[in-house]
Amino acid sequence: MSLIATEDLQVTYGNRKVLDGVNVSVEPGEIVTLVGPNGSGKSTLVKAILGVVKPSGGRVHRDRTLRIGYVPQKLHIDASLPLTVARFLSLPRRHAADKTAAALARVGMAGLEKHQMSDLSGGQLQRVLLARALLTDPQILILDEPTQGLDQPGEAAFYELLEAVRRETGVAVFMVSHDLHVVMSTSDRVICLNHHICCQGTPKVVRNAPEYRALFGHGTHGALALYQHDHDHDHDHGDHQETDQDA
Amino acid sequence: MLDDFLVRAVFAGVGVAVAAGPLGSFVVWRRMAYFGDATAHAAILGVALALIFSVPVSLGTLVVALIMATAVSWLSTRGHAMDATLGVLAHSALALGLVAISFVPGVRVDLSAFLFGDILAVSKSDVAVIWIGALFVAALLAWRWSRLLTATLSRELAAASGIDAEREGLVLTLALAVVVALALKVVGALLIAAMLIIPAASARGLARTPEQMAFIAVGIGALSAGAGLWGSWVLDTPAGPSIVTASAAVFVLVALFGRLLRR
Repeated sequence: MSLIATEDLQVTYGNRKVLDGVNVSVEPGEIVTLVGPNGSGKSTLVKAILGVVKPSGGRVHRDRTLRIGYVPQKLHIDASLPLTVARFLSLPRRHAADKTAAALARVGMAGLEKHQMSDLSGGQLQRVLLARALLTDPQILILDEPTQGLDQPGEAAFYELLEAVRRETGVAVFMVSHDLHVVMSTSDRVICLNHHICCQGTPKVVRNAPEYRALFGHGTHGALALYQHDHDHDHDHGDHQETDQDA
Repeated sequence: MLDDFLVRAVFAGVGVAVAAGPLGSFVVWRRMAYFGDATAHAAILGVALALIFSVPVSLGTLVVALIMATAVSWLSTRGHAMDATLGVLAHSALALGLVAISFVPGVRVDLSAFLFGDILAVSKSDVAVIWIGALFVAALLAWRWSRLLTATLSRELAAASGIDAEREGLVLTLALAVVVALALKVVGALLIAAMLIIPAASARGLARTPEQMAFIAVGIGALSAGAGLWGSWVLDTPAGPSIVTASAAVFVLVALFGRLLRR
């Protein structure tokens, strides 16, 4: 049974159809990445799945007892709100101090408990958000462009951490990404969204799909659409082959 | 002890502070200052209606404040331009209330008591009503505390934890209406928002967690009530504005010396 599933989901803002006929599902343990250009409805889809945005048509299926670990794109904390990292990790449910300490250590932020949330750097904040998401022992992690605003090394480090956590826990992952550069190499499925689902499949299938190229390749001669990873794109060998071509 | 009007006034002021501390913290965190103002101004309309239909004034203000607060929060979720909408609602309600009071037949109404409060005239039953209401608000906020805090941080974060941010918003709306009805007698419609915002904003500089901020705000509110009443007694100044002036003085002191205290 799917952890979350949408059925012909439709969301409209005013007269604008942001999502139309979207069917998405995530199975236990699966890693699903959602890509699409800015304004394609990615965040709206996440909000609809979380229940913040009401669908104007179709349905969202999600078990009432489903434990979701959610990592937002960014979290703005008003300067008027004093909030230590420890207190934040215990929202809304209290966790024992050793549990929060372990969660912080897991994301490489050990000993940060007494820091104010507003003093954290972007990278620290995203790791603390991940620690909070992990504390509920989630069945699924939902991440909405979690590395936006991080520099490239920060982004790479965050994904490394995420992959490691995922290996340890086997948690399902539903992640939004703005392009295929930064999807997890272990993604089971990539869904390309532009108000409706353009195409989906393994990262390799999607990056070769004409629909995807039409969406991302335009104006940059396909450069942005390249899915580059060490193991499938090696320039050091003289007879260099695109190994993914025969996949 | 409660036979002394000054003692009753102190009890009334401290009672309001107990509710205004935690609620005011949320008003500050959620940037609802103007929202509090609109609801408080609507209280005057409640006074007018209560006098016209000869029901208790606190009931009239509670109902009208509740309607106003609900209308405003409903509009805010519909994405209206809140600044102008709140301005229109707040001042219309205040003006309409003042006009309506002039139509109240018979007794001449002491308008300034409703605009600036009449804390020195609170009766024993007034004190009882203020404390029951204040404890209700404090208990309500304590019960929903974690959910309210999570919803204040982010609607999405709340939803992922199974919290309906809109429902938590209604909790604050209800609490705000109750506090407006209680505080009308103490500081008056024009200064209720000040009792919410100033102690909480002062507490910000001294607190490291949301809970600390709420408790310190209660302390500052109570201190301001005592100091303001004392000042009003000694200097023969209006009591409600003196209380707000005292809390403003605390705000300035914390702004100047809070940094040293925290070290």
